[in-house]
Amino acid sequence: MSEHITEIVIFTVLFLLVSGMGFVAARWRAPENMAHLDEWGLGGRSFGGWITWFLIGGDLYTAYTFVAVPALMFGAGAAGFFAVPYTVIIYPMLFLILIRLWSVSHRHGFVTPADFVRTRFDSPTLALLVAITGIVATMPYIALQLVGIEAVLKTMGVTGESAIARHLPIIIAFAILAAYTYQSGLRAPALIAFVKDTLIYLVIIVAIIYLPYKLGGWGHIFDAADKKFTASPAPTDGIILNANNQVQYVTLALGSALALFLYPHSITGVLASRNRNVIKRNMSALPAYSLLLGLIALLGYAAIASAVKPLPGTKTGSVDSNTVVPLLFDQQFPSWFAGIAFAAIGIGALVPAAIMSIAAANLFTRNIYKEYIKPDATNAQEANVSKITSLVVKLGAVLFIIFLDPQFSIDLQLIGGVVILQTAPSVGLGLYTRWLHRGGLIAGWVAGMSLGLWMLYDIANPATGRKHFGGSAFPLSDFGFDTKKTIYVGFVAVLVNLLVAVIVTLILRATKTPAGIDGTAPDDYFADEGDPRLEKARTTTETLASST
Amino acid sequence: MAEPAEPAQAADAAPVTRSDRSPWNWLLLIPIVIPLLTPLYNQVAPRLWGFPKFYWLQFLFIVVGVATTTLVYQMTKRPTPATPPAPPASRAAVSSDE
Repeated sequence: MSEHITEIVIFTVLFLLVSGMGFVAARWRAPENMAHLDEWGLGGRSFGGWITWFLIGGDLYTAYTFVAVPALMFGAGAAGFFAVPYTVIIYPMLFLILIRLWSVSHRHGFVTPADFVRTRFDSPTLALLVAITGIVATMPYIALQLVGIEAVLKTMGVTGESAIARHLPIIIAFAILAAYTYQSGLRAPALIAFVKDTLIYLVIIVAIIYLPYKLGGWGHIFDAADKKFTASPAPTDGIILNANNQVQYVTLALGSALALFLYPHSITGVLASRNRNVIKRNMSALPAYSLLLGLIALLGYAAIASAVKPLPGTKTGSVDSNTVVPLLFDQQFPSWFAGIAFAAIGIGALVPAAIMSIAAANLFTRNIYKEYIKPDATNAQEANVSKITSLVVKLGAVLFIIFLDPQFSIDLQLIGGVVILQTAPSVGLGLYTRWLHRGGLIAGWVAGMSLGLWMLYDIANPATGRKHFGGSAFPLSDFGFDTKKTIYVGFVAVLVNLLVAVIVTLILRATKTPAGIDGTAPDDYFADEGDPRLEKARTTTETLASST
Repeated sequence: MAEPAEPAQAADAAPVTRSDRSPWNWLLLIPIVIPLLTPLYNQVAPRLWGFPKFYWLQFLFIVVGVATTTLVYQMTKRPTPATPPAPPASRAAVSSDE
């Protein structure tokens, strides 16, 4: 531990500095009245271009991403690079969709995607499904941020014998995080994101110049990776894709792109922006982070060239591949700079963890508490329930990490991506058409969810010796096709979801089952800053007409 | 609360039937489709600064994505609500036509 003392000191100082900012954030752009979910949970819906860029960037490109993507490259090669096409296609895909979501939410005061579904399809049940899906998908994601911090702490030698001692630094870090999120709401991660991203950009720019210089150039780094994959017995690795994993590569990129915007925390970031132009402008500015992510991914190869040996995992005989990037920094950088790099990853975990817990808390408050427990809750009560729920959510994430194998969180996050994708027909298509019947959407959700979970359960991973939940690449031969090709589970599941939704919709229409009243008007989807807002989300066409 | 400064005026300025339709939007398909065509880039040669084609070409797709979204944004943006609607007459015509 002593040889890491410089790193630990720098890490701690930067971490505390940022925590201080988190508390001060409550006074940043402070409203007169914080006791409203729009203020605590959406930062007053007032963020401009720069803040939104840092906030969404800090939100989508998490510490876990920065640790896990290079780990994937380290282990599997080119297949891990899907993160780049994934984050290229997402912005043009979302360009038109998100401004519609922003507009309708602005007009009706929606805080969560489930709020929208509730009003659009006149179905509290469907909204509840969307809300629960969101919470279930987000929880393991928060836990994974802790895995990111833990990889850094482990590399610095901050470990202990008992489970509690080993996790004490994380418990402290999360307690601080919980306290300032409770106090400052979305303003805290928005302010911290500035520091986090500045640090990350600094570290990566230095890394991509300095590491090739020390390791003999990029050409040599790729050659080293190629040599490792050629030597390994696994048939799926390599520095380019092979005949069997290209479909997986493409469907995973496409499915992940669709899933990302459905995650409650991305929607929270989008709804917090001030107007439509802020969102559009960000769709062309956010790919700067994709460039960063691609470069970070290549650090996995740099780790191969640097002959990094991942630290052992919690179980004997296993390795924790998430430690490859921290170890690479530890080996190659002078210790003061490694300390800054570790702080960047650690702080990088705080921003998304805060936004995710706020998003999950908002879902609980709006779509469970207000819908089923206390329908007449005031704005102040809503804000208060959300604040408390955000604490509970973080506590849950910490308990996950302390008492369960971290692998369990990784599995759950894998499941989370497939699960959240099942809300695409109601949230995504719902923004464009109300043709699908609420009953059809519920049936589709059930079908997609069941199929997706079954497929994930079915996937074995020979490399890690696991029989179930071994990954997201489903062998098409299990469907009876005579091929070795694999496909992304979420993609298949959402197609089946959609198919079932269409069929059930046709049946329900034939039987004249009521489809409920659409609480939104066509023009709501084009509303912009300065347009009149409807105070209550639960509107009918009459109140809409009278207030405009 | 961030109440609109002059709601009445803003509401008047907004055309009755608004739309996001624009022929420029079709350009967005380019950066969605190209990165999904693996045969385009799944090769090692030619290398560029040591990077196999698989990597440098996909990095290049990021630039294509940025260029396209920036272009579409510039061509379809609405005037910001705060500014008086002097030039938007022509803009509105552009964005509302099919």
